Amino acid sequence: MTSTGGNKTVSTSDTAAAGTTVPGAAETSADAAAPRPVRDGEMLLEVDNLGKHFPVTAGLLRRQVAAVKAVDGVSFSVRKGETLGLVGESGCGKSTTGRMIMRLLDPSFGKITFEGEDITRMSQGRLRPLRRDLQMIFQDPYSSLNPRKTVGAIVGAPFRLQNIATENGVKKAVQEILELVGLNPEHYNRYPHEFSGGQRQRIGIARTLALKPKLIVADEPVSALDVSVQAQVVNLLEDLQDELDLTYVVIAHDLSVVRHISDRVAVMYLGKIVEIADRNDLYERPMHPYTNALLSAVPVPDPSERGNRQRIRLQGDVPSPLDPPPACRFHTRCWKAQDICKQVEPPLIELSHGHQAACHFPENTTVSATDEVAKAAVAPGAAPAGETDAETGE
Amino acid sequence: MLLLITLVTFGIFFGLPKLAGQTTDQLAASYVGKAPTQEAIEATKERLGLDKPIVVQYGNYLKGIVAGEDFKAGPVTDHCPAPCLGYSFRTSQPVLPTLMDRAPATLGLAVGAAVVWLIAGVSTGVVSALKRGSIWDRTAMVIALGGVSLPIYFTGLVSLALFSYKLGIFPGGGSYVGITEDPVKWFESLVLPWVTLAFLYAAMYARLTRAGMLETMNEDYIRTARAKGLPEKTVITRHALRASLTPILTVFGLDFGLLIGGAVLTENTFSIQGLGQLAISSIGTGDLPMVLGVTTLAAAFIVVINLIVDLLYAVIDPRVRLG
Amino acid sequence: MTDTTPAAGPATGAGEAPTAFLEVRDLKIHFPTDDGLVKSVDGLSFQLEKGRTLGIVGESGSGKSVTSLGVLGLHNRHNANVSGEIWLDGQELVGASPGDVRRLRGRKMAMIFQDPLSSMHPFYTVGAQIIEAYRVHNDVSKQVARKHAIDMLGRVGIPKPDKRVDDYPHQFSGGMRQRAMIAMALSCDPELLIADEPTTALDVTVQAQILDLIRDLQEEFNSAVIMITHDLGVVAELSDDILVMYAGRCAEYASVEDAFHKPLHPYTWGLLGSMPRLDRERTERLMPIKGTPPSLINVPQGCAFNPRCAYKDLNGDKSTTVRPELVEAVPGHKVACHLPLEKKQEIWESEIRPKL
Repeated sequence: MTSTGGNKTVSTSDTAAAGTTVPGAAETSADAAAPRPVRDGEMLLEVDNLGKHFPVTAGLLRRQVAAVKAVDGVSFSVRKGETLGLVGESGCGKSTTGRMIMRLLDPSFGKITFEGEDITRMSQGRLRPLRRDLQMIFQDPYSSLNPRKTVGAIVGAPFRLQNIATENGVKKAVQEILELVGLNPEHYNRYPHEFSGGQRQRIGIARTLALKPKLIVADEPVSALDVSVQAQVVNLLEDLQDELDLTYVVIAHDLSVVRHISDRVAVMYLGKIVEIADRNDLYERPMHPYTNALLSAVPVPDPSERGNRQRIRLQGDVPSPLDPPPACRFHTRCWKAQDICKQVEPPLIELSHGHQAACHFPENTTVSATDEVAKAAVAPGAAPAGETDAETGE
Repeated sequence: MLLLITLVTFGIFFGLPKLAGQTTDQLAASYVGKAPTQEAIEATKERLGLDKPIVVQYGNYLKGIVAGEDFKAGPVTDHCPAPCLGYSFRTSQPVLPTLMDRAPATLGLAVGAAVVWLIAGVSTGVVSALKRGSIWDRTAMVIALGGVSLPIYFTGLVSLALFSYKLGIFPGGGSYVGITEDPVKWFESLVLPWVTLAFLYAAMYARLTRAGMLETMNEDYIRTARAKGLPEKTVITRHALRASLTPILTVFGLDFGLLIGGAVLTENTFSIQGLGQLAISSIGTGDLPMVLGVTTLAAAFIVVINLIVDLLYAVIDPRVRLG
Repeated sequence: MTDTTPAAGPATGAGEAPTAFLEVRDLKIHFPTDDGLVKSVDGLSFQLEKGRTLGIVGESGSGKSVTSLGVLGLHNRHNANVSGEIWLDGQELVGASPGDVRRLRGRKMAMIFQDPLSSMHPFYTVGAQIIEAYRVHNDVSKQVARKHAIDMLGRVGIPKPDKRVDDYPHQFSGGMRQRAMIAMALSCDPELLIADEPTTALDVTVQAQILDLIRDLQEEFNSAVIMITHDLGVVAELSDDILVMYAGRCAEYASVEDAFHKPLHPYTWGLLGSMPRLDRERTERLMPIKGTPPSLINVPQGCAFNPRCAYKDLNGDKSTTVRPELVEAVPGHKVACHLPLEKKQEIWESEIRPKL
């Protein structure tokens, strides 16, 4: 199976039609709410068939008896300046994916390319200079800051670790960053416990910004914060992106936050990406049943909608990643499941312009993965229908 | 686990003579009598097996445990059956029966003390935790601090002087009587040692229990238990105490295992002929097989007790069982 | 059922028997600490009828959880000063003996908590914990209680309840555990159910299941429900009335339609503007409330919300000096804010609503 590419968004493609970069017609019309100009610039991060299996051992000899397939072959790419949202429920592998991109976890298989360089197996020593460009924001602003260090020391640490010469000294540089994230520069000598949760998250963000990174992986950046403070941090992340030309991978379970902050969104289920598309496409025309179910499960803060919404209620729980269902992993909970879903795994392919889904019976579209597979079998290497459409749309 | 015991044993087998700065000659000489001749020394060395290389000695020792051993005690040859821990250098008596002879006293001391300290320590700890900050709590914790800091030979002697000699409440204290001889006297003779030994541990356990209870009482499931409308008594005993007991059990396993190998100070203070005393006197005379015997027995006890504790753990905490 | 809007009930004076099923009057729960007096709840009043749901919304430290613990008498009695009145079905609880309140807990009023894993005892089976809850208040044999436990587990949607009854909490998934907690809370058929962030620890698809379940069970049992949450979406789905708490006091108290469609307090506006919404076009920017929630030891002078309020200057210095009382601005809609009603309505219609 190839990781099929959309021409604007995904470039790990080896299909013929995906070479050119076009602002898709569908996208421009849908993007009513003033799209952030995503530069058509080069690819910053490419992830190809990435996976992580955690061995489960038993007995005295620690023999491996099984593996938790936390991430089982995900492919996506991130362009410079854009924000990719990774959503899914707990245990879907979104955080593991983030940690692998950061190389905090070693992938079991697959490939990570950052700025054209394969970093999948790069040694920690060689990674070190790259750490300047790759930074991470963590969920818990309480435990991710060393309580014995001052704010100045925390935010200034990257300078010292990377031996960066600063014009007016580290202190000045740190104070500038503090100001940038909306903290008082005079708080340089204070300790984390003197700050509220939102302010701590700002300190965490300041730390990642110290070295002017290119890519920031934010793992649940606002989920530990109060609602009113969440919005502050979301706005801050957006401002910083515009100002510093940052690229984000935002991992979150909150679908509304992800919609607000992302340009493109990937939905994960049990270690796989089931759907990936431009934000408006995904939220307005979700194709995968799981995405539909997720969206319909979000409670809406509007009492008049109470009886009107059509609800999809999934039964049961997410199966264990130790022993995921065969073929389509969602078939055990899917109301559209047929025999084929239990036998053939639907590949993640582009069903309309820039919109990939892995489903035999997708919604909001006329084509399905099954058709695509059949077509590919007849004419290998031929461009899928969705992409041809996009070409004509241009 | 057995591997561990033999390794420990081997280390001692090997290290003890060297540490004492003794050559094997000197060691053998001490068993020959006054003004030893070189000939007599060599003969003794051969009789005790000291002439062979250390590895062979160890091998023979292990063989003795598994298969038994023949031993030349003068003109007659004794056979020592299967779990043979050798013969005492000094008395030429087989080690195992000697140990078995001494073990009941130590066992009685340890079990009795454990019962006393568990009851006293845990209940004090629970009450202190529930009445946190009260006079009771503070007093108990000060006494506990004292108990932890005071050495046994101090509390032991003081209690002997006070209760046994001065007040004459426990006249038997200081002269141990076997349980088979006279159960009542046995009990009387052990009350003071029990209390003395238990005092130290009870103090430790009170502090442990208090800390554990304070933590447990803040758990969400305690709040749930109260929300169900359970009486406070049930909340404490069924919900809080059971959860607090697991860490105590772990520590108890270690403590009790150690104690059963010989409560050296207590036995000395109250002149109880137990394993601890045996160990001390054997070390003093360089009676290697005897020291080894005590150590192996103690190590075996610790391992067995910890095994039991682990099993108990699984009974108490279902997560361990299935995890 | 009665459809009493929150403020519609006659103003009953202190000590008088109430008209509503649950009536809280001027509840204060203060904790003296070394750093000062923590006023977790500082003069809260509300009413709730059977069959209806009250949503209490607030951020961390707003006092919403302490309120619920106070109603059940679960606050720490040693270090809390409680005053005011809580009337449950004609019985006053603040002045009642701990033993009396204890006998009501679990039977007449029950609670579900946020984290179902830590809220269940890890050493006892789910069944044992439900049986225990049932037998405290019902003099029945273990077998009868066990049958009841299985029955309850089945009613909250746990498959094969006769098997799962002997499982331990850690063998359940998060959603199943919360269902089991609900089964336990409902085992004695309580008339008042308090749910404290019941879905915060759960995934969104499971959250939807649990909210459906609570709604269905409420219809079946006709109980009064207090839903405590920070998530406006959750209250919008379930509540009849909404009480917005800020710094231990009530900022706004209204029917759910009024609270979402015609809110009158700047804090409520701020909450609505802070959350990205799936049911609207994506807005370019969120409208957060500036600053952070205040410490309960050091509540700001005047209106507690004034340091974060964008409209405080419209009141001269009133907002920083005088504490606004909760008054009925519109029939059935109470708000604690100095802004004149017309001004509030105008700001909402012209400035806030269009940007949501």
